[in-house]
Amino acid sequence: MTAPEALRLEYIANFEYSYAIGKHATKFMAALRDDAKLYGISCPGCHDVLVPPRPVCGRCGVETDGWVEVGPRGTLTGYTVVEIPFIDPMTGVKRPVPYGFAFVKLNGASTNIYHFLSESRHDYLSVGMEVEAVFREERDGSLADIIHFSPVTP
Amino acid sequence: MSRSAAIVAVGQTKHAAKRLDVSIAEMVREAVDACLGSKELSFADIDAVVVGNMELFEGINQPELLMVASLGAVGKPVYKMNTGGTVGASAAICAEHLVRSGLHDVVLTVGYEKQSEGETQSAITTVGDPAWERSVMAGAIGNFAVMASTYVDRSGVTPEQAAKVAVKARTNACLNPYAHLQIADITVEDVLKSRVLAAPLKLLDMCPQSDGACAVVVAGEERARQITPRPSWIVSSATAHDQQFMGDSPARIADHRSLQAASKKAYAAAGITDPRTDFDVAEIYEPATYAELAMLENLGFCAPGDGGTLIDDGVTLIDGPMPVNPSGGVLATNPVGATALIRVAEAALQVMGEAEGGHQVPEVNWALATGYGGNAWTDVMVMTGEPR
Repeated sequence: MTAPEALRLEYIANFEYSYAIGKHATKFMAALRDDAKLYGISCPGCHDVLVPPRPVCGRCGVETDGWVEVGPRGTLTGYTVVEIPFIDPMTGVKRPVPYGFAFVKLNGASTNIYHFLSESRHDYLSVGMEVEAVFREERDGSLADIIHFSPVTP
Repeated sequence: MSRSAAIVAVGQTKHAAKRLDVSIAEMVREAVDACLGSKELSFADIDAVVVGNMELFEGINQPELLMVASLGAVGKPVYKMNTGGTVGASAAICAEHLVRSGLHDVVLTVGYEKQSEGETQSAITTVGDPAWERSVMAGAIGNFAVMASTYVDRSGVTPEQAAKVAVKARTNACLNPYAHLQIADITVEDVLKSRVLAAPLKLLDMCPQSDGACAVVVAGEERARQITPRPSWIVSSATAHDQQFMGDSPARIADHRSLQAASKKAYAAAGITDPRTDFDVAEIYEPATYAELAMLENLGFCAPGDGGTLIDDGVTLIDGPMPVNPSGGVLATNPVGATALIRVAEAALQVMGEAEGGHQVPEVNWALATGYGGNAWTDVMVMTGEPR
């Protein structure tokens, strides 16, 4: 028995967006672009240093007040090697696999950020491993100015 | 004191990888018809409708427009939920609140998704802030894999223990006629040998992508008793948010703060003091095998770090002392906008004694359901069959 006819409409939707990253992200990205330096912002309530920097500490509900330099070294708090390709929504193209992907807690920060790793061999990675940001030569003020984090060899 | 609310009827589609034969509206109507038909209700009995899904998955904005007739909602209030992975449970909690408040008496609640109709891994990445996480995020799978690595580091949970969760889910699913991924002869070895997606997660450690819909009717106490002899009374529910950014939570699912906060609140309101003995069944939103074990720790079913022993000792098997996800869970069925409502619906079916196909747990009086989204948002609902 053949399945009854069921028609489908195929379509591609290309929409262009822009996003104001805000005062705090602008300050972070400008320092990253101009000086290859990374900053968090501290909470006067809990004294956590928050990366990404933001206007309010969510847990204390108070305004953050002090910029603190963090990194460029940090530790892996979680990691994987991605082996399944999918379309990067920032570019519309598939990211090549495999690649290391991790949470990095920058030295001096209380929170983690997601980024790529230079290492894509899973067995070479571990929680607690020391890593260091690798910066692009030509920087444009985006998170992509950090190419990836690379394990620090003792 | 607000009045009591209960789930009185449940309907689902047969969940599948692709429902090419029906439109979204037709698929939703299948679940609505099954739900109303199960208790001989009609649209005339429904006062309001709550509906939700992940809109960017299908790329259709304000999708309630195309399904307003299927929902029987013409001329009625429609409440729209859009809370990511939790959306189905958030819709159920919304319906509960509408009924408890006295604003509406009988509320139809619907969640659905057609994951086959969009680029869902990319769409899910758009939950990340464009300046920060979105530019590096690796879909849901990369995100869960990083979380799992932290949990493994903390707990020592092994790939074999995770694989046993995968086996439990897909064999339970064989007893649930509506489940998507039913694999009768699956073994731990099959899971361990399945393709690595993002270590430690292998193909069979992850939830599938499904097409499907779920519908639930929530009614006030008087109507609930008229509609069915054994309603599933909603004793308590709670919602908690956590961080702005994924990395704000120190250990993610290993130290799942929004699940801890929501369950603590819901347990306190329901008088639950020892969840492992107080509940007869749980339907939790486990997007991956490792997540089930971590979530059970955070829900208080065992001591922190002991999640692996629950599956090793058979505690959470369908015939174990504390069955978890007898329906097969998210690991078997995942039409995202419906997934958290399916947890609520399956828990209610267990309480009502109406779970079909052999996945009914005997003598369920207390049931737990959870919804999960992006690690930032958790819904918890406690239900009982004991008259309120």
